[in-house]
Amino acid sequence: MAPKGLTRPAIWNASRRGIDTLSALPKLAGKILITVLIGGFLGATLVRLAPGFGVDEEELDARLSVRSLQALRETRASDSNLFVFYSRYLNRLLHGDLGNSRTLQRPVLQLVAERLPETLKSVALGLALGWSAGFLLAVAIVMSRAWYLDLLTSLLVGALLCLPAAVLALLFVLAQAPARLLLGLVVFPKIFRYSRNLLARSSGLPHVLTARAKGLGNMRVLVWHILPTAAPQLLALLGVTVSFAFTAAIPMEALCDLPGIGQLAWKAALGRDVALLVNLTMIVTLVTLVANSASDLIGRTFRTREA
Amino acid sequence: MKWARTTAIVFLLAVSAACLLANVIAPASYAHQFRAEPNASASRQHLLGTDDLGRDRFSRVLYGTRVSLLLAPAAALLSSLMAAFIGGIAGFAGGWVERFVMAGTDLFLSLPWLFLLITVRALLPLNVSPIVSVLITFAMLGCLGWAGAARIICADARALSQSDFILLARASGSCGFRLLWRHLVPNLKPVLYAQFWISVPVFILTEANLGILGLGVAEPLPSWGSLLRELEGFSTIAGQAWQLVPLILFILVVSSFHLVLTKEELPV
Repeated sequence: MAPKGLTRPAIWNASRRGIDTLSALPKLAGKILITVLIGGFLGATLVRLAPGFGVDEEELDARLSVRSLQALRETRASDSNLFVFYSRYLNRLLHGDLGNSRTLQRPVLQLVAERLPETLKSVALGLALGWSAGFLLAVAIVMSRAWYLDLLTSLLVGALLCLPAAVLALLFVLAQAPARLLLGLVVFPKIFRYSRNLLARSSGLPHVLTARAKGLGNMRVLVWHILPTAAPQLLALLGVTVSFAFTAAIPMEALCDLPGIGQLAWKAALGRDVALLVNLTMIVTLVTLVANSASDLIGRTFRTREA
Repeated sequence: MKWARTTAIVFLLAVSAACLLANVIAPASYAHQFRAEPNASASRQHLLGTDDLGRDRFSRVLYGTRVSLLLAPAAALLSSLMAAFIGGIAGFAGGWVERFVMAGTDLFLSLPWLFLLITVRALLPLNVSPIVSVLITFAMLGCLGWAGAARIICADARALSQSDFILLARASGSCGFRLLWRHLVPNLKPVLYAQFWISVPVFILTEANLGILGLGVAEPLPSWGSLLRELEGFSTIAGQAWQLVPLILFILVVSSFHLVLTKEELPV
């Protein structure tokens, strides 16, 4: 029996939406898997092409005899075969072994496990701050149509968009401001600009004008007519801002001395530790892909409902 | 906002002219060290003072701006051309070619930009000259920055290839490369133009980020990244305000690039 308030076509539509969303899941999972596999192969290629590949510091140990050195080289000789190298790399990857960092002399997995929570915390806080400030300001400006607020915010956003994240990090160090707020400041202008343009466009649509003409209040117009139209694109932006935040984490953590994976990547780049860098890039890519896919999936559900 | 656009263009032209004439305007070479005057204050001889190695800061700002203003547009041109080639062919061909190319583009877009850049930078040999390092840095930016633009161009090329005038051109016997070159590419010019102007400030900002992190242009060649890196040793604004000139110039130049495009030409 149909639940109260829902007609049969409504139930049918809701279940269809659910099926659509579920059927998209394997496709997205497949996309992530293929991307990680291709990324893994590209990463392995980069590691193999890196200067110093196949050279080990152990060989410099004067105590080693010629036979020991020969044995050491033979263990790595198999890696010169590209296919063997790829299959071993992939095998290790599937078993959760990301290799060792050349510069820090520690397993990459251990380093990532120590530092990833720190970066995730910074990214989450930055996104929460950036989204609250950017989105709420955009809503306030579009709904109130206050030109002075728009002008002031646009000037601030314009100035922030012209500052590299590294300069902002230096200014934060100079002002002794809490470094974690920096990511919020980096993503805020992008969120504000995009949300304001999107909401302004949605608020000019004929059905919104009709709703206003019929005397609907600002809040009702926003919640029932403007936001549902802009939601899929805003959700897509949510996925993109995760990537922005991770990218800005490198200068923030490097210059503000926060022990996250951004700082680790910077140290690895300075020490030319390509194996560590490739693994970090792949991990961040995976996190970004999952965030993008999740926002894509939710956006798709919205679009289906709107249709 | 026409006045803002005009002011921005005039400002960019003035800065470009000053930088191109750096050999004439600058009181010294960017690498010349006044060893008796390290960390000198602003004076008639050194308009913006000197850095910790005694190099004239005004000369370094002029030469550094020249590096960024010449090479960022070159990198943007490279990435726009790559995007036009990849996106244009994908959109024009359609079908599996488009799906395959766009899957590759999606893969490229999901890679975190700065992580990828520093990975590629770490692969480069150590013993390169400053000139080669600056060329490599901007070439890298150009080669890695095409993906976003390629998606937009692909969508435009797809829409154009289904339009009436292309249908007419096909009916008149035009096909393949001729159709692409004579009919599609000229109509993609406005999108390419917008993508070019959007990419320039992005590349300037990225080079600055790389430079501040010590992964950009090699010393002693100045670039905005290395000039802004000086802010690391900056402790108070009072008495050292001239050290902020590179930052102010940087903000003005990047915002001018943002103002070059009209609202209609900008994507959402």
